[in-house]
Amino acid sequence: MLNDLFPNVQWDRMWEATFETLYMTGVATVFTFVIGLALGILLFLTSPQQLWANKLVSWLTGSIVNIFRSIPFIILVILLIPFTKLLLGSIRGPNAALPALIIGAAPFYARMVLIALKEIDKGVIEAARSMGAKTSTIIGKVLIPESLPALVSGITVTAIALVGYTAMAGVIGAGGLGTLAFLDGFQRSQSDVTFVATILILVVVFVIQFVGDLITAKIDKR
Amino acid sequence: MIQLENVMKKYKTANGELTAVKNVNLSVENGEIFGIIGYSGAGKSTLIRLLNGLEQPTTGKVVVNGQEVSSIKGSALRNARQKISMIFQHFNLLWSRTVEENIAFPLEIAGLSKAERQKKVLELIELVGLKGREKAYPSQLSGGQKQRVGIARALANNPEVLLCDEATSALDPETTDSILDLLVDINEKLGLTIVLITHEMHVIRKICHRVAVMEAGQVVENGDVLEVFQSPQADVTKRFVSQITDTNERKESIEQIIENYPSGTLVKLMFVGSSTGQPVISHLSRELNLDVNIVHGNISQTKSGPYGTLIIQLDGNNDNVQKAVAYMNEHGVKTEVIENA
Repeated sequence: MLNDLFPNVQWDRMWEATFETLYMTGVATVFTFVIGLALGILLFLTSPQQLWANKLVSWLTGSIVNIFRSIPFIILVILLIPFTKLLLGSIRGPNAALPALIIGAAPFYARMVLIALKEIDKGVIEAARSMGAKTSTIIGKVLIPESLPALVSGITVTAIALVGYTAMAGVIGAGGLGTLAFLDGFQRSQSDVTFVATILILVVVFVIQFVGDLITAKIDKR
Repeated sequence: MIQLENVMKKYKTANGELTAVKNVNLSVENGEIFGIIGYSGAGKSTLIRLLNGLEQPTTGKVVVNGQEVSSIKGSALRNARQKISMIFQHFNLLWSRTVEENIAFPLEIAGLSKAERQKKVLELIELVGLKGREKAYPSQLSGGQKQRVGIARALANNPEVLLCDEATSALDPETTDSILDLLVDINEKLGLTIVLITHEMHVIRKICHRVAVMEAGQVVENGDVLEVFQSPQADVTKRFVSQITDTNERKESIEQIIENYPSGTLVKLMFVGSSTGQPVISHLSRELNLDVNIVHGNISQTKSGPYGTLIIQLDGNNDNVQKAVAYMNEHGVKTEVIENA
């Protein structure tokens, strides 16, 4: 019956593309989380009146984050082609999309981390200092746990943005649902392929949002 | 236990330099409850943060528990802080941790094993009266309970000094009293030195042995609580003392009595310690043939004894009124004639 409704859809290709999208989104989200968190914490700690208050480092980190956040993703992908080639030896396939995805999303997430950390009550950090906590303890046991709901909802938003980015990464032949919709759906005028790919992308986005909201609600004890 | 020598703290602000603490010299004895009172902006928050190195003085020396807090850094300062703990006006608990996990936090910092932490946490929960609430999150607790968690957390590493930063200012009067009782209890049981800052004279009266009054970054008065209550010197101190003694009710009774008996002399009597027990008033009316009208009276309990005020009106021969005042002064009752109040 499905074949009658969508005569041009090759389901094995569709599932493979779905898997590629999930793979790119998943790996990029993990790296984005780690790099964005580190950058966000650095931005926070070097801002005025914080533990590592340092104008130069703060300005430098802030500038890098802002520059990469401002470059449109599609241009970033192209700009990074030589870098990707150097890193992976190839510019095709899902792995080739990863550098651009991570470099595009991590600064975006770093800003969200900064906002989340700024929401922490200053008094709590002061209390930890008054107990004799080291900065590493403050990061691990105060900053991250106390901002966790915001960090999780931030990574949820970022992961959803990454799903969109993976579709655009199709221009360098990254694969995934975006590429499939563009090459098989649009260029060959098989609108049923585009339709099914869109539905699958929507399902992926909804699942990410649902899981993110669930985790946020569960860990928020405020 | 604590010595401050010529301590000065300046901040650079957009509008130039701001001196938060100016030439402060103070010493706090081992085991006492020392209060610092002042209005907001008087510099008391900065002063208390100099005691655990959260702020460093611009000049001067701060010695706490034998360590010069104003000069040590890094791990030496962090170790010193484990013995100089602090509680806060807004409690500053980690909302992501339960009561027992919050109390365990300083123990994790000190590097205790899990078993040791559990044992200590149990003891502390018992001490501050939070049994049955171990698994609750801060958001499920009342203000008083949160401050109890704060106190338990502060006591975890067996500190020598407890700093209280407006610890009861966010609590209602009844809860304030229960927290103050707990602080006294801890002070007596554990022999802990307590330094507290507040803007409420009630707190000073109820639990402090000695008090320093701050205004514009300086300590303007400093001494035994009872003495300061009895004879406040600085204007700001007088205002604080009147927080407790000058109730509206009293003002109204004075106005009332002047209206009804315009001829007499109003005298305020201040009794301290043993003089509170003497039958002074009956002597006045019997021996000096004066009419004595009692206008208003109250007795406040302070840490070092009761302190009472009584306002009376004396009506009769002017000479005898003078004699009455002299008589009372001889018998250890301080007097103050209130002129046309």
